[in-house]
Amino acid sequence: MNIFVLLKRTFDTEEKIAIANGRIQDDGAEYIINPYDEYAVEEAIQVRDAQGGEVTVVTVGNEDAEKQLRTALAMGADKAVLINIEDDVEASDQVTTAKVLAAYLKEQEPDLIIGGNVAIDNASGQVGPRVAELLGIPYVTTITNLEIDGDKATVTRDVEGDSEIIETTLPLLVTAQQGLNEPRYPSLPGIMKAKKKPLEELELDDLDLEEEDVEPKTKTIEVYLPPKKEAGKVLEGEITDQVKELVQLLHNEAKVI
Amino acid sequence: MSRKVLVVGEVRDGSLRNVSYETIAAGKTVAEGGEVVGVLIGDAVKDLGKDMIQYGADRVAVVEDEKLKSYSSDGFSQALLAVIESEKPDGILIGHTALGKDLAPKVAAKLDAGLISDATAVESAGEHVVFTRPIYSGKAFEKKIITDGIIFATIRPNNISPLEKDESRTGDIETVDAGIKDLRAIIKEVVRKVSEGVDLSEAKVIVSGGRGVKSADGFKPLKELADVLGGAVGASRGACDAGYCDYSLQIGQTGKVVTPDLYIACGISGAIQHLAGMSNSKVIVAINKDPEANIFNVADYGIVGDLFEVVPLLTEEIKKLKVTSA
Repeated sequence: MNIFVLLKRTFDTEEKIAIANGRIQDDGAEYIINPYDEYAVEEAIQVRDAQGGEVTVVTVGNEDAEKQLRTALAMGADKAVLINIEDDVEASDQVTTAKVLAAYLKEQEPDLIIGGNVAIDNASGQVGPRVAELLGIPYVTTITNLEIDGDKATVTRDVEGDSEIIETTLPLLVTAQQGLNEPRYPSLPGIMKAKKKPLEELELDDLDLEEEDVEPKTKTIEVYLPPKKEAGKVLEGEITDQVKELVQLLHNEAKVI
Repeated sequence: MSRKVLVVGEVRDGSLRNVSYETIAAGKTVAEGGEVVGVLIGDAVKDLGKDMIQYGADRVAVVEDEKLKSYSSDGFSQALLAVIESEKPDGILIGHTALGKDLAPKVAAKLDAGLISDATAVESAGEHVVFTRPIYSGKAFEKKIITDGIIFATIRPNNISPLEKDESRTGDIETVDAGIKDLRAIIKEVVRKVSEGVDLSEAKVIVSGGRGVKSADGFKPLKELADVLGGAVGASRGACDAGYCDYSLQIGQTGKVVTPDLYIACGISGAIQHLAGMSNSKVIVAINKDPEANIFNVADYGIVGDLFEVVPLLTEEIKKLKVTSA
């Protein structure tokens, strides 16, 4: 089975956000594999181990993403591909990323493509379904279980707490939701092996794409921090009195109950 | 600049979700005096057209088909594309729900259009429509415009106020023939995990528990408080990781991002990853034994105390209030 994982490098969840000159500051920030993409890597490895085949991890970004690709290889993926568009593309959005990924994937004859359902930075959640549409294959988003039998797949989809059991066919794209699996930590031998696994770097040219083919259709005009919340009122006195006071405050001052 | 805007309504259990009315209000802003056309997709949904009109739509386009009884990206995208084909709109808005998140990017890719996901506010400014959306799970915000082609966005529930219902409003409700072809993914079964209670993303009140609830049973008093307030129960990653509750309840940067009117955090320390998911709630109450807990820094009101003592007292006190004000 020819399995591909769509991976994004993101800020660590514990990072605070600072803005200077209208941009998010990334100096010294810790980066991780987008947590939802980690589920995707794990699922791909499990499917390969059960069905045979190969797992290729793909990212669109710049050379800094090499570290996250190596981590995925250390978890057990077989190959990595970095599509470096930094020098080719001035501005990008989900249209750009999806078209770049689709241009690469359509030459690979994938059986299964797995991504995270959303990235924790930009959180558009668009790239997976867009790629599937561009490739003309079915997709299921926010999945919590995946079973493959020949060219049939039975997928459990999380729908705001409810679960849908969906039957579909390969080739298929799915996006991972929390609960799909428990991603493994890279082992020491895994980390050693990862250094020797192939990591291919591609540019737009290699995909027969020009910058104008992947032009974004949206633009960010302003980035700002939410207004800082002033520390509120910590109540005092007997607990029973505090509770009474709280209810009055919520009713009369905040008017939310 | 007046525009024609499609607003896709979302039907659940036979009625429209609130987010559909909120999205109509957003559609009015995008339309700038132009026409807001509601879109209803399903097997028997035409009767709900009047609700869309009473909440501000000028008319409604309906696609009905047996194959559209439950949502599928193939079926619903064919239906929506048929309406787009016949209406040729300048804008399309959908709620940022499980349905909208799944459907909108596919349709956008088909139209080769940009898409602004998860907008919490919309304003018109000159020739552009400016959407505000949270990034980094609400640690920051961005304002975004569509630079080329159709204006396409998904609208986060619970952020834009719906218009007043006006029962005197009338408008055409017409059926569009979409000729739905075979679906490649079929729903075999739906397992309702959260059949009781209010959906987290739309809840006006959320009572949320952290590691401090200590066990699955520890959520019971929180559930009772949520019930009295007509709200939903949520949880921190700590509580989910410890196995006290299902991951579908998780609020935070991984998990759901919520903006209720009232968020009551019980036994939650306030890790950055959790704050990202809830700190834009309108009013935050923190109940925690540890006076140094970070959650007090974002709370409007705090009680330092044992949640197992405070929460039941709070439930009783609110019951009393409901009796007096009833």
